Amino acid sequence: MDETAILLEQHIPALRRYAYALVRQHDAADDLVQDCLERAVRRWHLRHRDGDLKAWLLTILRNQFINIYRQKRRRGMHFALEDIVEPAASDSAPDSSTAIRDILAGLDTLPEDQKSVILLVGVEDLSYDEAARVLGLPVGTVMSRLSRGREKLREYLETGRTAVLRRVK
Amino acid sequence: MTTRESPIGEDDLHAYVDGRILPDRVEAVEAYLKANPEAASQGAAWRTQRETLRDQLAAKASEPIPARLRISNIRASRRHRQFQQFRLVAASALLLVAGGTIGWIARGDVPTLNPAQPVMVSDAISAYRTFVVDATHPVEVKASEQDHLVQWLSNRLGKPIKAPDLTRFGFRLMGGRLLPASADDVAAQLMYDDDRGTRLTLYLRNGEKGETDYRFLREGNVSAFYWIDDGLGFALSAAASRERLLPIVEAVYRQIEQPK
Repeated sequence: MDETAILLEQHIPALRRYAYALVRQHDAADDLVQDCLERAVRRWHLRHRDGDLKAWLLTILRNQFINIYRQKRRRGMHFALEDIVEPAASDSAPDSSTAIRDILAGLDTLPEDQKSVILLVGVEDLSYDEAARVLGLPVGTVMSRLSRGREKLREYLETGRTAVLRRVK
Repeated sequence: MTTRESPIGEDDLHAYVDGRILPDRVEAVEAYLKANPEAASQGAAWRTQRETLRDQLAAKASEPIPARLRISNIRASRRHRQFQQFRLVAASALLLVAGGTIGWIARGDVPTLNPAQPVMVSDAISAYRTFVVDATHPVEVKASEQDHLVQWLSNRLGKPIKAPDLTRFGFRLMGGRLLPASADDVAAQLMYDDDRGTRLTLYLRNGEKGETDYRFLREGNVSAFYWIDDGLGFALSAAASRERLLPIVEAVYRQIEQPK
């Protein structure tokens, strides 16, 4: 196996993990990873040699995800993140203690940017600067999305409701 | 103000949770958490979240990689598609040049055919030639109304576009215009210039099929790089050398790839 293939394949497990957390369907996640790898192979000459390969790949994957999302919305399909994620675990009665809920279902209630920053920083171990580059945002904005996301997720895990729903009530 | 003295921020708390805190901040953060139970329980909740999420996703990362994701297979399917495209082009080229070249090909000396050079690139070069020489109306909408320009062109092309920032190459956006293309399609032309009056255009056209790497073409004194991405055809043209244009095309390519 050549060097490019070795370099790329090292990151496939992380790409599959991030893709799965975004789309929550195994096949759709692998489709996304496949698209990402095809693009990476095609644009291999465009990567920053000094930059982090994992961050570059995660950027491509996230951009692909967003493009698909946009296209579907443009075609007039009713499309929200919820439509491509598997149904969340049924909402059991709120447990007063720190309820053990499906954290992935909680993550699905967040806007994509908050969800991505939590995943990139908390699971993929990207630095805040790298996460900012992947998301194309200033690092300060990334930090505030991280705060907002983590707080909303905390609220969801503790009460089973999203902050938005509570405000509406 | 030294780091030691600056007050504790949310960024410190996240850094503490993510194990990214700088050694000289640890003490201050820990003292703060001890004195602020609210912040301490927030931090603890974030940490639990982080660990739970990692645990729940760990299995996904340890699954064996499906064969279709092997780089060798990704390359093979790409070659297959390219070959089919090449065959199509080669077949039509053969019909056109029938006689003479046959013998040449039979010798095994097959000229490299430029696969599917789209009409788009000739149109882009014509548009370049038409408008760069125009002293009074090189653009329809000026760069001073950039937001309006980008929005308008995006609406007409039916795809969100943006005007790449090429200032680090000395090129400033002058503005842009809408152009007719084939049938129902339209094209947009963005024009840039530098201090020496060199003009450069980025031509974008919808309705293009497939996706290609960028390719280079020289027509007279005009150099053009062109490629297709996500249904949009792009052509970057200037009366400049290939070497000067190459870093610019790479920057355009990268900026366009960012969805925001």
